[in-house]
Amino acid sequence: MTVRTAELVMAIATMLISIAIMWKSTELSIGWVPQKGPGSGAWPFWLSTGMLLASAATLVRWFLRATPESRSEETYISRTAFYVVGVSVGAILFLLIATNFIGIYFALLLFLFFYLRFVGRHSWTTTLSVTIGVPVFIFCMFEWALTIPLPKAISEPLFYPIYDLIY
Amino acid sequence: MSIARRGMLALVGALGIGAVAASAPGVAQAWEPQKPVEFVIMAGQGGGADKMARLMQTVIEKNGWSSKPLTPINKPGGSGAEALVHLKTKGGSDPDHTIMVTLNSFYTTPLRQPGLGVDIATFTPIARMAEDTFLLWVHKDSGITNIEEFVVAAKEAGNDWVMAGTGKLQEDQLLTDFLNAAYGLNMKYVPYKGGGKVAKQLAGQHANSTVNNPSEQEGFYASGDTVPLAAFTPDRLELFPDAPTFRELGQDFVYFMQRSVVGAPGMSDEAAAYYRELFQKVYESEDWQAYRKKKSLYGDFLSDQALMDYWMTEREIHKAMLSEMGAL
Amino acid sequence: MESILLSLSGGLLEAFQPLNLLMIVIGCVVGLFIGAMPGLGSVNGVAILLPITFLVPPNAAIMFLAAIYYGAMYGGAISSITLGIPGASTAVATVFDGRPLAIAGKADQALTAAAIASFVGGTVSVVLFTLFAPPLADFALRFGPPEEFALMVLAFATFIGLGGDDIPKTIFSILIGLVLATIGLDIISGRPRLIFFDISGFMHGINFLVLAIGIYGIGEMLWTLEQTEGNVIVHKVNMSWRAFLTNLGHVKYYIKTTILGSILGYFVGTLPAAGATPASLMSYGLAKTFSKDPESFGKGNVAGVAAPEAANNAASTGSMLPMITLGIPGSPTTAILLGGMIIWGLRPGPLLFTEHPDFVWGLIGSLYVANAFTVLINLAFIPLFVRVLTMPFTVLAPIIFVLCVVGGYAPSQTMHDVWLMLLFGVAGYLLRKLNYPVAPAVLAIVLGPLAEQSFRQSLLGSQGEVWIFFERPISATCIAIAAALVLYPVLRGLRKPAKAQA
Repeated sequence: MTVRTAELVMAIATMLISIAIMWKSTELSIGWVPQKGPGSGAWPFWLSTGMLLASAATLVRWFLRATPESRSEETYISRTAFYVVGVSVGAILFLLIATNFIGIYFALLLFLFFYLRFVGRHSWTTTLSVTIGVPVFIFCMFEWALTIPLPKAISEPLFYPIYDLIY
Repeated sequence: MSIARRGMLALVGALGIGAVAASAPGVAQAWEPQKPVEFVIMAGQGGGADKMARLMQTVIEKNGWSSKPLTPINKPGGSGAEALVHLKTKGGSDPDHTIMVTLNSFYTTPLRQPGLGVDIATFTPIARMAEDTFLLWVHKDSGITNIEEFVVAAKEAGNDWVMAGTGKLQEDQLLTDFLNAAYGLNMKYVPYKGGGKVAKQLAGQHANSTVNNPSEQEGFYASGDTVPLAAFTPDRLELFPDAPTFRELGQDFVYFMQRSVVGAPGMSDEAAAYYRELFQKVYESEDWQAYRKKKSLYGDFLSDQALMDYWMTEREIHKAMLSEMGAL
Repeated sequence: MESILLSLSGGLLEAFQPLNLLMIVIGCVVGLFIGAMPGLGSVNGVAILLPITFLVPPNAAIMFLAAIYYGAMYGGAISSITLGIPGASTAVATVFDGRPLAIAGKADQALTAAAIASFVGGTVSVVLFTLFAPPLADFALRFGPPEEFALMVLAFATFIGLGGDDIPKTIFSILIGLVLATIGLDIISGRPRLIFFDISGFMHGINFLVLAIGIYGIGEMLWTLEQTEGNVIVHKVNMSWRAFLTNLGHVKYYIKTTILGSILGYFVGTLPAAGATPASLMSYGLAKTFSKDPESFGKGNVAGVAAPEAANNAASTGSMLPMITLGIPGSPTTAILLGGMIIWGLRPGPLLFTEHPDFVWGLIGSLYVANAFTVLINLAFIPLFVRVLTMPFTVLAPIIFVLCVVGGYAPSQTMHDVWLMLLFGVAGYLLRKLNYPVAPAVLAIVLGPLAEQSFRQSLLGSQGEVWIFFERPISATCIAIAAALVLYPVLRGLRKPAKAQA
């Protein structure tokens, strides 16, 4: 995809988002209530109307080839960039989904191990020390020092003895 | 309540605790939380409910009454709707480690948003820790010193009379509507975020009157900036002996803000008993009693079925008030 | 005046009591590290440590908490500069120039400037606090909804120059920030608003941190990954005494900005509605508008780091003023401090100064001491923070992703916010590649709710009359200054061609 195509797709996407928010805002009163000022839907409605107009302006400028992006025929996301960025986003996605099932600490172990060993191709020493060190640091900082419990899902019972120890 | 009756109650209470303590070893091993207890606060940081919740947490931690920490988390979203939904969800997965500090939006929010599918009758009653009081306040520069002058001034101003309060269709607006109806007024209600902000609007004369809790106005009251005209309580408050009650003024109207602790629906009986005992200890602690006295709080300790009955009565009262306002 | 000096020296003596001094030093260090973590800020430190403080007397306790507050303000700049993630809304503006400096290998310069500016900001504001507390409390009380709205207009006007060159895209960015800010409960009508697909997570609205961590944390990391393809960002950092002294010598480039930012920050901070975030943004915007070289801002100008840092520290001291004198918290952190004071049996309000002078002056004294300690500790740790940047990027990136996920979760403790954060991160990355400026969206989400609420509260009070904003002296003045700020670049633009012709 070229930058020029991406600019067009993005302008259309932002217009669709604006319309969706405008439509959602009409659930509440969007007009001027006499003696009271704007209704509760007015602020989001008129702001998203503005978003729609701004996106439309970008679209017009695309047709006129007025912006550098609308003239650029370079690739939007190169193959190498797509690989690095795609793998990172995919790994975070996996981290969040896994957190729902096996809890954040075990998800972190898998995420860090994968990233360091297979994306970064680091030595076993670096991989293992970060993979173990970061979750331990997070646990000490959040659960122990600040008492902010992080989601543990089914791995929760494994932590009971640790709770007994630290609290 | 007479002193003799109070003494009797205290005695019965003490015996009760004694009995529980004596029988404890017999009940296998008493229930204890296995992990940190989530302590949801149904309001934002810095508000009345938040302050009380943090005081309760502090009393528990100071005395080491809980083997696992209570972790406070504010969920003010949607007038408490988010907190209620959260508690309901927790009821399905882990009912024994989630408790919540509530106020009157506990009744009004599920009534106004039936789509949430929350029925407070399914929640586990733990403890009512206090009831906060309301008074009607004006600025001293208005020259108003009693309710008659207030009514005259507010009538004259009509729709220009600004009553500041916290949140739409909540406690402060219920009281404003009552005043409007009772005295034939047409005050304009302007909502703000939090009782402290409301108190400041009055002190800066950006509003003509408010219905703040004593703890929100007492700083300005002490410096002489604001004046309490009347109290929404059955008896005059010790802190403000010059403010008559609305009952004395011929309006039979009493309104409180509950400060209670509620457990997730489906909490096991053992866990509920544990939390009830824990909060009874907090209630009886010196710190809590001193705080109650200083803020002239009402409402004795209620628990279990008695608390549930209280909720059901209050829910009916709020239902009636809200439908009168056309909010249902 | 003499009585002030006498009370102040009493307060300083109080702060130098061994127990109090120990609490201050511990507080500074703890605050520094909590503030440096993305997602955690002074609120977390203060809230969680509040119960601990009941073990020590109230004076030591409030000093401890004030020290944490100070430390966290300094610490926020550290993650803004080294990681490019604003740890708190107050440190957003620090990213604009701090991040480019760090990428250019000048993180030590930026960190030194941030520390010094914070110190100046803190000191100027404590002095102002000492001298002008009571009259300013009265002034703050005169700020009603119309004045608050006018102040927000002024804040928006100061960063008109922050956007990119593409005007429709800049407008889009501001507007989407404002729209995202309207999600949640509308307090004026009491009704839930824009709850997409009835997901209850939207009810608490979109926390500023979710957008900021998403855009600056995830989005920025993806961008950097693409640029560096996984290599080291900075190969060599200069960490000698000589470099340190040279950095100190750079003070002359930003001292004027810093002092102006400090004074501005203090006054904006004392207003109950505003607090440190608008203060730091306004300070940055003004520094850029009135700089001789506005083009260099956003590309790594040290003054662009100093301006917001001076203002946010000054404002954090300033926001203690409405807390102490009016009992109104200027920020979530002061809200919790306020709760603490009430539990300790102190009554914040106009009478606190006369009823508990030892407490108030002890607090003020501790502010002086805490400020001095934090700058020293901060400067000492700079080499450690800079070293973070020399890590291979495929080690640093996953750690930052983890900190983002955990930091996005901590404030509201819902996974919903973490998902949103990832969504904003990816969207921010894609938009940024098409030259959409993202900073305006982050600023708008902070100021949007304040602007909307005060606007509608004003109109409720005035029966829908818009003239209320122009009739009242304070709000009219703010709006006039805002208009002047908007017109200033236009006028300057008009004059330039005229000169060229002559």
